[in-house]
Amino acid sequence: MFNASLKQLSIQLAEKKISSTELTTEFLQRIKQFNPEYNAFITVNEEISLAQAKVADKMLATGQAGPLTGIPIAQKDIFCARGWLTTCGSKMLSNFVSPYDAGVIERFNQAGAINIGKTNMDEFAMGSSNETSYFGMVKNPWDIAAVPGGSSGGAACAVAARLAPAATGTDTGGSIRQPAALCGISGIKPTYGLVSRYGMIAFASSLDQGGPMAKSAEDLALLLNVMIGFDPRDSTSLQHDAEDCAQDLQKPLAGLRIGLPKEYFAEGMSQDVASAIEKALVEYRKLGAQTIEVSLPNAPLSIPVYYVLAPAEASSNLSRFDGVRYGYRAPAYSDLADMYRKTRTQGFGAEVKRRILIGTYVLSHGYYDAYYIKAQKLRRLIAQDFTEAYKRCDIIMGPTTPTVAFNLGEKSGDPIQMYLSDIYTSAANLTGMPAMSIPIGFGDKNRPIGLHIMGNYFKEAQMLNIAHQYQLVTDWHLKSPV
Amino acid sequence: MQWEIVIGLEVHAQLSTQSKIFSGASTAYGSPPNTQACVIDLALPGVLPVLNKGAVERAIKFGLSVGAKINSPSIFARKNYFYPDLPKGYQISQFELPVVQGGNIQIQADGEEKNIRLTRAHLEEDAGKSLHEDFHGMSGIDLNRAGTPLLEIVSEPDMRSSAEAVVYAKTLHALVRWIGICDGNMQEGSFRCDANVSVRPYGTEKLGTRCEIKNLNSFRFLEKAIDYEARRQIEILEDGGIIRQETRLYDASKDETRTMRTKEDANDYRYFPDPDLLPLEISANWIDQVQSVLPELPQARRDRYMSEFALSAYDASVLTSSRETADYFESTIKQLPAQVKLCANWIMGEINGQLNKEGLEITACPVTPSQLAALLERISDDTISGKAAKAVFESMWNGELEKNVDAIIAAKGLKQISDDSAIEKLVDQVLAANEQQVADYRNGKEKAFNSLVGQIMKATQGKANPAQVNTILKKKLEG
Amino acid sequence: MTLSVSDVKRIADLAYIEINDNEVKETLNQLSGIFDLIETMQAVDTSTVEPMSHAQSVVQRLREDEVTEADQHGLYQSIAPQVEADLYLVPQVIE
Repeated sequence: MFNASLKQLSIQLAEKKISSTELTTEFLQRIKQFNPEYNAFITVNEEISLAQAKVADKMLATGQAGPLTGIPIAQKDIFCARGWLTTCGSKMLSNFVSPYDAGVIERFNQAGAINIGKTNMDEFAMGSSNETSYFGMVKNPWDIAAVPGGSSGGAACAVAARLAPAATGTDTGGSIRQPAALCGISGIKPTYGLVSRYGMIAFASSLDQGGPMAKSAEDLALLLNVMIGFDPRDSTSLQHDAEDCAQDLQKPLAGLRIGLPKEYFAEGMSQDVASAIEKALVEYRKLGAQTIEVSLPNAPLSIPVYYVLAPAEASSNLSRFDGVRYGYRAPAYSDLADMYRKTRTQGFGAEVKRRILIGTYVLSHGYYDAYYIKAQKLRRLIAQDFTEAYKRCDIIMGPTTPTVAFNLGEKSGDPIQMYLSDIYTSAANLTGMPAMSIPIGFGDKNRPIGLHIMGNYFKEAQMLNIAHQYQLVTDWHLKSPV
Repeated sequence: MQWEIVIGLEVHAQLSTQSKIFSGASTAYGSPPNTQACVIDLALPGVLPVLNKGAVERAIKFGLSVGAKINSPSIFARKNYFYPDLPKGYQISQFELPVVQGGNIQIQADGEEKNIRLTRAHLEEDAGKSLHEDFHGMSGIDLNRAGTPLLEIVSEPDMRSSAEAVVYAKTLHALVRWIGICDGNMQEGSFRCDANVSVRPYGTEKLGTRCEIKNLNSFRFLEKAIDYEARRQIEILEDGGIIRQETRLYDASKDETRTMRTKEDANDYRYFPDPDLLPLEISANWIDQVQSVLPELPQARRDRYMSEFALSAYDASVLTSSRETADYFESTIKQLPAQVKLCANWIMGEINGQLNKEGLEITACPVTPSQLAALLERISDDTISGKAAKAVFESMWNGELEKNVDAIIAAKGLKQISDDSAIEKLVDQVLAANEQQVADYRNGKEKAFNSLVGQIMKATQGKANPAQVNTILKKKLEG
Repeated sequence: MTLSVSDVKRIADLAYIEINDNEVKETLNQLSGIFDLIETMQAVDTSTVEPMSHAQSVVQRLREDEVTEADQHGLYQSIAPQVEADLYLVPQVIE
């Protein structure tokens, strides 16, 4: 049951072999049992989840069910959900019960999916190890000494540990793909603008994008079909013709041109990751694909560009947390300015404050052109590199992360080393192009390795096809730590 | 030394949209606190702005009416600072590429036309309000106003006196109301001025260090604050001091300006393009559409009144002081095309006077243009005298006899005596009774004539047609 | 470019974040390291490149001017730190 795919669950629900209430109860039970160890969830609300399951069972009984009706989904605690504590992993929002639903939450509710709980995450999605959460670190279910990755670490852990059939994540610099890779699951960040950002607590507005995390590409397709859709409340939401993300899953890969950026294969990748990637490419060649070298000359600058743009936007986005209208307010202060300072100093963790400071600096008088504008120009060059590369290939592949999951505490004292875990992933956020990670084996200490599949704008269906064809001939995605 | 005062104004005009600039909450004034602050206005985590078409349309209207360039694309930027009435910790405004760039406003200063250049006008959101009543040492925040659309209209430093600044502000005030983008209600804060004031020795080019005066919510305060500030600066300079660039607050109760913040502690606003909003494109088509529904502008109407009706510049500008006044005037003369000057005089005199006295807008005038025209027609056809007309007007104003002019004239017996033989009879009686004055007149004492007219009018309780009285009297005296 | 202690204090002030004197050195060191990484951007000539603010070249969509939000201040204020007479309370604002 816990290893079942979404499609299998959907069939069982439709055939009344199990009810949504039973399914939800079982997963709640599992969470109760295992969450104390993994800390994947910040909030579980049995009452709401079971009430939703009841509604789903009615939908199933009356033939109004869709593919996800009755299926529990773990929601990253960055999505505002009415009546749910929505913390974004921060003390600042440790008491924030959202009075409204995010666009993504609404879509899952309409689909009849069950919100099984709110998953742990790096504070305000700033982190690559889930160690910055105010609610404590999340463990990697493959090895509890390892980080699950971040910022959607709770989501990745929940899916890998089978505490939920699937989960949502958000990805600003790799926050879906990196934890998916480190926890041995599949995850996709769609084209910027396809998934509504309304109600998704902003980190870096021009880079943030929500997406699904699940066991397989096929599951991701079902989830994406629910998540993608125009939302008039988000000015950056695209009015893109709806297409079935699962439509191309079965297409053969013969003739597929896979681009391998020489910059990503040059250095920095550990040996175990390199050999797993090579094996995956062998599979793809067997499936009829050819690999060609491409170049992304500016891609190595993604990290510095990212660490200007994301903190700049974040410094402004996080100004609303001032202790006035909601959230944390410092208990003691001398005056208004002191209330602001104490609230923000106590309410934000170290990494969030660090990024606010970076962002404040790069936007400040006299530095704006040298940092912010410079980074935006490089952002364009990076996007142009990818556009050029896609003239020669259909898809780009490489490692999702340079190494397997590192140990808890290993990098938490060294922000720069931590930032470099997103070295391969952040470019897709800068360009706004879709990118995903799928499990392709295990490396050092038997920890999972992910293959990074990057596509051009709106190529989600094709990317899922490419991932699915691999998963038809391999079983890495079926491996579970439990 | 002779000093020249240099003034530029920044005017915040609240745009008269139904909903806020980035949310669907109402902009209505005066609702109970925080009842019009939705999740977006409250800056809840995760909310996003979507731009109100009505606000953009009003900005375009303004741009077209001042002959400015409409920028496309136009960019929204975040202005970052902390204040409890600013929920997001930044204000969405425009920095580079405002919607409206440049433009000109003609003002009538000291009987002369003067051109004031506009730098720009940009869209932004208003902040909420801090209420300073003491809540046990705390302030209360009402966010109903947060997110109300504003057009900030920035002028070049083209004004040279507080009087000019006031005329400019009044002209701008009339214009935004005229084109229907702002209700102009200054008590409610719909139209607010900040003044940039500097002084320099007469004849020099280089601008002096300026101070910005905030919080000028009436034309009178604007004038007084500029006067005070210019005096302050001149005194400092004449004492050999230097002016510090700073933001000052006008305190109306003390009639003085005082330092709010100096340049040194001025905020670093860290403007950057708002990543939640995309470039605003305004198509030529849209501009044409707005242009096609733009009303005839005050200046065009003023010029037309002067050329078409031979009205003086003064009369023309009073009649075009608001679109409603001009429309009232035009409706009146439509029914009385031969008496344009009479209509103009009555609107500027009786109507405006009475409206002022009762604090009414012309749209609430109890006497309609057609009722006024009916009244004035009775003057022009000699049914009543101008003096009697004022009495009739008063009755109409008070709603007597359903404001029917003829009924009021009849009821009050105000009909003028215009029958020549009746007047001749009266004249004869008065001449007979005042032989001394008749003699005086004939001996060259012109004054005696007026006295005789007065006697005749008195005898008729003012009802005799004065022109006829004059003619007949003259004829008799000289005959 | 080198970041100084006064830079750190200035940006902390702007961002309303307290950094006490014991922390300022450590913060400076961390930020300096990050800015060394950021400085690698300067190696690329971008003089002819247009800045890229958004992933897609899409223009702003406009909302019709309609009131769509109803009063829910009771719900919204139920999560506020301090409210009185329907107002959000803050330490005295001095102008």
